[in-house]
Amino acid sequence: MPKVPFRIWRGAAGGGEFREYATEITEGMVVLDAVHQIQAESANDMAVRWNCKAGKCGSCSAEINGRPRLMCMTRMTDLPPGETVTIQPMKAFPILKDLVTDVSWNYDVKKRIKPFKPRPPDAADGTWRIAQADVDRVQEFRKCIECFLCQDVCHVLRDHHLHDQFIGPRFLVYTAALEMHPLDVEDRLADLKDAHGIGYCNITKCCTKVCPEHITITDNAIIPLKERVADRFFDPIRRLFRFLFGRSA
Amino acid sequence: MEPQTLSPTAGLKQPAFGETARRDLWWVQPVAVFFGLSAALAYLNWAAFQNAHYVFGNYLSPLYSPEVFGESPHAWFGPKPGWWPAWMPFSPAFLILWAPAGFRMTCYYYRGAYYKSFWADPPACGVGEPRKSYWGERSLPLILQNSHRFFLYCALLFLVFLSQDVWKALWFEDPVSHKTTFGIGVGTLVLALNLVLLSGYTLGCHSFRHLVGGNLDCLSCAPARLGAYRCSSFFNSRHMLWAWISLVGVTFADVYVRLCSMGVWTDWRII
Ligand code: SF4
Ligand code: SF4
Ligand code: FES
Ligand code: FES
Repeated sequence: MPKVPFRIWRGAAGGGEFREYATEITEGMVVLDAVHQIQAESANDMAVRWNCKAGKCGSCSAEINGRPRLMCMTRMTDLPPGETVTIQPMKAFPILKDLVTDVSWNYDVKKRIKPFKPRPPDAADGTWRIAQADVDRVQEFRKCIECFLCQDVCHVLRDHHLHDQFIGPRFLVYTAALEMHPLDVEDRLADLKDAHGIGYCNITKCCTKVCPEHITITDNAIIPLKERVADRFFDPIRRLFRFLFGRSA
Repeated sequence: MEPQTLSPTAGLKQPAFGETARRDLWWVQPVAVFFGLSAALAYLNWAAFQNAHYVFGNYLSPLYSPEVFGESPHAWFGPKPGWWPAWMPFSPAFLILWAPAGFRMTCYYYRGAYYKSFWADPPACGVGEPRKSYWGERSLPLILQNSHRFFLYCALLFLVFLSQDVWKALWFEDPVSHKTTFGIGVGTLVLALNLVLLSGYTLGCHSFRHLVGGNLDCLSCAPARLGAYRCSSFFNSRHMLWAWISLVGVTFADVYVRLCSMGVWTDWRII
């Protein structure tokens, strides 16, 4: 079998470069297999993060031929045959080593989002009742594996580095799951508008395109949240109604 | 040992304009959108300025509907009003086109599309941008995009006017006896199809989806709204497709009426 050429970014926080490798590809291999094989054959010190090899842990995120993808879910046969495969670490996060980035900012962001706050229990035994139709909508958001590929591709973070003003698509999905939950009574709209910067999203849908869990991030999470923020802050007619008839209007 | 944590943006560099490792033809879609929208904009502007050939018998071009003031028998309040400044060109389309134009300008789909194609913000996913600064839809001018819902209310009203036009397009006047009889011409079908496409586009609007049910956390508490929400979600999931085919549909409806009125095309009667 002929060897397939690879260009893999090697380096650390201070800088680095692409290095050329080649390895033999056999049937059924994914990019992560090839990276492991290169690691075993010719780059013992190459850092790569992975865990499940099943597209479920979200560890092996990287950029393959310029597209943010899970290495373990990208089949070698899906890439253009005979061409060099370029692999880089994610661009929206600081590099630790080689293909491994420091994604801990994401965990800090999550802590800043007001947690789930259920209404008082519906029954005397301390339990709640919810209809299937009401959880259906948030079910989609719970598929997230926190691979942060959507954060990586989002130009607000990737190009403009507005990490301190914008929580990114992953956490807009997370907020949507809480905000639309039928039991939740917390109010996150002011945070969304100000501290969490939802207005930075210009709905260009790159996050939706890269999500390995096929969450309809922009249409089902971000835009509905933008509409809720507009209800509260950008709709003079609703404001007037609220003024005349109280908060619930 | 404490885990190593860097500043969230330590060492990050903004990619240069156009910089990407993508190998696919990423520029095809933004370029296609650029030419598609430019062509539609050019034609619709030209057609709006014509103030002629927008009526053919009982057909009224959707670009001129409703005709508030104008020369045709479809006009609500007769010809061009006296207060219209003499130096300003007049067309019945000017009085109403701001509404559908504003609706499309502020549509969530078109926004995402023209930010990419016309403003390279970003040029395509994972491709470097030309500018360093970025405000998004957070401050002026783009914060005004939040007015989309008000254009939606207008668009819903326009569906009523366009339904009336389709109804009128079913009644043909005999040139000799001046009696009106029921009929269907190709033009009737063109106007009806336009109405269907614009309805599919409008009912799938994100603001509409929000208005009918999306703003509720307990959808099952309001079964009628749950039904409406599901219906709107159905159209919404193909909103981009509806946006384009309804744009083509409305343009074609104008072309059809125009060419019939100019005598270039013959309107065939089916019934
Ligand atoms: S749609 Fe919004 S959140 Fe998603 S990538 Fe684009 S700007 Fe970022
Ligand atoms: S939303 Fe999708 S792309 Fe973003 S972190 Fe979750 S699974 Fe990954
Ligand atoms: S290794 Fe777990 S998602 Fe790829
Ligand atoms: S979102 Fe496209 S018309 Fe409202």
